[in-house]
Amino acid sequence: MSSNAHTSDTKVDDHGHASHDHGGHDHGGHGHGGHEAAHGTFNSYMTGFVLSVILTVIPFWLVMGKVIESPVTTAGIVMALGAVQIVVHMVYFLHMNTKSEGGWNALALTFTVVIVVITLSGSLWVMHNLNANMMPMSPEMMRNMP
Amino acid sequence: MFSNPDLLKFIFGRLTLDSIPYHEPILIVTFIAVAIGGGAVLGLLTYFRLWGYLWNEWFTSIDHKKIGIMYMVLAIIMLLRGFSDALLMRMQQAMAFNGNEGYLPPHHYDQIFTAHGVIMIFFVAMPLVTGLMNFAVPLQIGARDVSFPFLNNFSFWMTTAGSMLIMISLFIGEFARTGWLAYPPLSESAYSPDVGVDYYIWGLQIAGIGTLLSGVNLIATIVKMRAPGMTMMKMPIFTWTALCTNVLIVAAFPVLTAVLALLTLDRYAGTNFFTNDLGGNPMMYVNLIWIWGHPEVYILILPAFGVFSEVVSTFSSKRLFGYASMVYATVVITILSYLVWLHHFFTMGSGASVNSFFGITTMIISIPTGAKIFNWLFTMYRGRIRFEVPMLWAMGFMVTFVIGGMTGVMLAVPPADFVLHNSLFLIAHFHNVIIGGVVFGAFAGINYWFPKAFGFKLDPFWGKMSFWFWLVGFYFAFMPLYILGLMGVTRRLSQFEDPSLQIYFVIAAFGAGLIAIGIASFLMQIFVSIKNRHALADVTGDPWGGRTLEWSTSSPPPSYNFALTPIVYDHDSWWDMKNRGHIRPTDGFLPIHMPKSTGTGVILGILSIIFGFGMVWHIWWMAALGFVAMLVVTIVHTFNYNRDFYIPVEEVIRTENARTKILAEQVQ
Amino acid sequence: MTATHANTTANDEPAAFYLKEAHHPEESTMLGFWIYIMSDCLIFAVLFATYGVLGRSYAAGPSPADLFELSTVAINTTMLLLSSITYGFAMLSMEKNNTRSTLLWLGITGLFGVAFVALELNEFYHLILEGAGPQRSAFLSAFFTLVGTHGLHVTCGIIWLVTLMVQVGKRGLIHENKRRLMCLSMFWHFLDVVWIGVFSFVYLMGVLG
Repeated sequence: MSSNAHTSDTKVDDHGHASHDHGGHDHGGHGHGGHEAAHGTFNSYMTGFVLSVILTVIPFWLVMGKVIESPVTTAGIVMALGAVQIVVHMVYFLHMNTKSEGGWNALALTFTVVIVVITLSGSLWVMHNLNANMMPMSPEMMRNMP
Repeated sequence: MFSNPDLLKFIFGRLTLDSIPYHEPILIVTFIAVAIGGGAVLGLLTYFRLWGYLWNEWFTSIDHKKIGIMYMVLAIIMLLRGFSDALLMRMQQAMAFNGNEGYLPPHHYDQIFTAHGVIMIFFVAMPLVTGLMNFAVPLQIGARDVSFPFLNNFSFWMTTAGSMLIMISLFIGEFARTGWLAYPPLSESAYSPDVGVDYYIWGLQIAGIGTLLSGVNLIATIVKMRAPGMTMMKMPIFTWTALCTNVLIVAAFPVLTAVLALLTLDRYAGTNFFTNDLGGNPMMYVNLIWIWGHPEVYILILPAFGVFSEVVSTFSSKRLFGYASMVYATVVITILSYLVWLHHFFTMGSGASVNSFFGITTMIISIPTGAKIFNWLFTMYRGRIRFEVPMLWAMGFMVTFVIGGMTGVMLAVPPADFVLHNSLFLIAHFHNVIIGGVVFGAFAGINYWFPKAFGFKLDPFWGKMSFWFWLVGFYFAFMPLYILGLMGVTRRLSQFEDPSLQIYFVIAAFGAGLIAIGIASFLMQIFVSIKNRHALADVTGDPWGGRTLEWSTSSPPPSYNFALTPIVYDHDSWWDMKNRGHIRPTDGFLPIHMPKSTGTGVILGILSIIFGFGMVWHIWWMAALGFVAMLVVTIVHTFNYNRDFYIPVEEVIRTENARTKILAEQVQ
Repeated sequence: MTATHANTTANDEPAAFYLKEAHHPEESTMLGFWIYIMSDCLIFAVLFATYGVLGRSYAAGPSPADLFELSTVAINTTMLLLSSITYGFAMLSMEKNNTRSTLLWLGITGLFGVAFVALELNEFYHLILEGAGPQRSAFLSAFFTLVGTHGLHVTCGIIWLVTLMVQVGKRGLIHENKRRLMCLSMFWHFLDVVWIGVFSFVYLMGVLG
């Protein structure tokens, strides 16, 4: 079981290609289907960029310009546009799609989003519930607990 | 110049000569024992000139089999430490009645129960399951190694580094006195200003990095490196549980990292996340730590379930009943484990709506586990059962774990939990499921895969001794605790007023003694097996009539696992191959592409200890140097592009021919 | 969702048990790094949750409306967004195997990143000077930690970017380096995604009160 320190020299190309080059020359021809890393085009990056700019400018404008009366509505719009911009980033910059890595990327993302939602909403609900049910204390009272 | 206090403070931080516990006789004795024992080991290694062998063949190895074995060795060493803590506690609690204060002052006792929990969870149970998964999964899926072999080595050394920090705390400074989860405000600097909680934090953060990366590694491995034909639903069931476990690791450990980081900021930077004043909320820590903590226990148990599935099926000589439902149950458990965390703190202020939601989800999560138990029983039904040692552990698990699960469902009922929270009933419950589940599963897995790892079986007699002493000892040690808990006895107490309770603690101490014999038997088992390794040899590679691919290799497998990658048609792939008249290939071999060993993992591990120690003692120059050095070593490592090599075909031919010869001799 | 390309041997023979040629499993690095990014997402989720829970605990100290200068945040956001698009251009150059152009766009990306971090450090510095440091209240602890952790990630990204520029400069756009650039790309864009959360949830909502 000793490890022979043979460097991976070029002699092994009777296999085709040495293993760590696999996929290296794929970027021209796109024959390999599912396991090629997705990448963008100039147009897709620009589209993503322009959309992101718009989706950033609007919330900043709404808040800085105090455009809408109700802060709750503004907050809702800000969060919604933020969510949309996240999707824009995912699609146009991160090349998120249901095919890359055989669908595993999308699955991992979905699972993570679910956990994030549970963590955020769960924590907010639980902590709000605790704070509501527990008697408020001043710092002096806390420090003088038996 | 040397008496200049500022200079001393700069060089040594808050480390002083008083940090060494001269006045604690138990520690002095321990230190002497460790020094003698450790010195003996180091001396023997030097005398037999084994350092080169250890460095080249083990410490720098990126071979998943060796890394898996090293995890198991770490776990067993830490088991001895964690169990010593248990014995100390049992002795104290058995004697501390009628005004007798026992031999452990509270200051020391509190460190012991904290260390016991931290060590058992993070440095025994986690390495046990990680070691088993590391060893078995690539073999089971027909792969040569994991996706990221160097990262695997690094993960192991980070785990070891974390455990070393905990061990150092025994002799330099002290450990936390907060319990294994270090709730604030007690763990804040206002109430625990000393180094104990800092050792806790840095030990866990460093080990946590290793665990998280290991999770990423194994997910990628299982997704990407399966042999052709092995679809997801044809994977061995242990690989399925390994996948779900590692998903849990990746999704849960970041939460632990973040929470501990927030506690660290409170202690080091004076922030107010969990303090009592300036807006802090200690319950947020409790909330977050259990968002990690509940998935953590499923991280521990799912691999054990996987081991049992393999063991029950193999030793019943029958395919696993309900493979698909086992898979679904595992996936459901994975998802549901994120919806129950509040059951760990029903009593800490939440109202009825929250408590009933989490009580219901907790009860629901017991259902898929129940389904699994039925599947194992149906697998055994009408099977040809062989009562080898792994099967004994499986059967012990089935009874013991079910009891523990049932007490868990009791605790899931919030009104009941209001009585039982933080009582000895809770202690009994979680030891019931962890020992009955994780520990028994680890021993089953060790006995099952040991011949594959080392080429000879473990001695069955001492294996049975170990099993029976563990099983009986467990019941003596923990059933009294259920009764005590129902009577209202609180956890983590070191002295008691009511003399009528003493008998229960004495019985529990007796049980702990039996378990100690069980552990000693296990060590004996290893010693005897090595001595008798020729008689116990596994020559064919398939000592149990196995069903999954790892049993198609030699014992131990060559470094490359499979000379030619198997093609899979059905689950229980090896069983399927045997039934189809599989013939082992004896030619057509090719050079094999393998990753090189590296010392970077060891170096980073050592540097992380230096960093951690510096942070603990506020030796800022040491911490900064350690951190920068880790960064530099990492960056330099990335400049090395020459990380793999090819095993020449002659060597493959030689290895395979040797096996052909041995197998041929067997047939005669 | 099979993992491997169907590289099985001929079907007209009885079932073969072993691959005749060397098995090349698909590269795991992109998936592995994506999974790591998911775990990093969860760290930020915890920090967001902490900010959500503690973000109104001002402890009679300054509130977001008192402290946040949205014009600075707007500039910061622009820096980061521009750095994302310039990284995109670097990737496009990489696809075309144009080393010089790749290095150029990477360098510009790095500069935007440095500008972002510098502006943020400046913001922190002024807040601390005003007495609104992370020790002042739970809200400020949560703010500094969430925004600071993001900034720390960007800093790590810049260090990584510089390292990669050196490595690409030395060895060119070999397969290894392209893979690393793709990983850094995921990391960089992910940080911009987190920033969307930060500026929306922390700054804009904070000012709205």
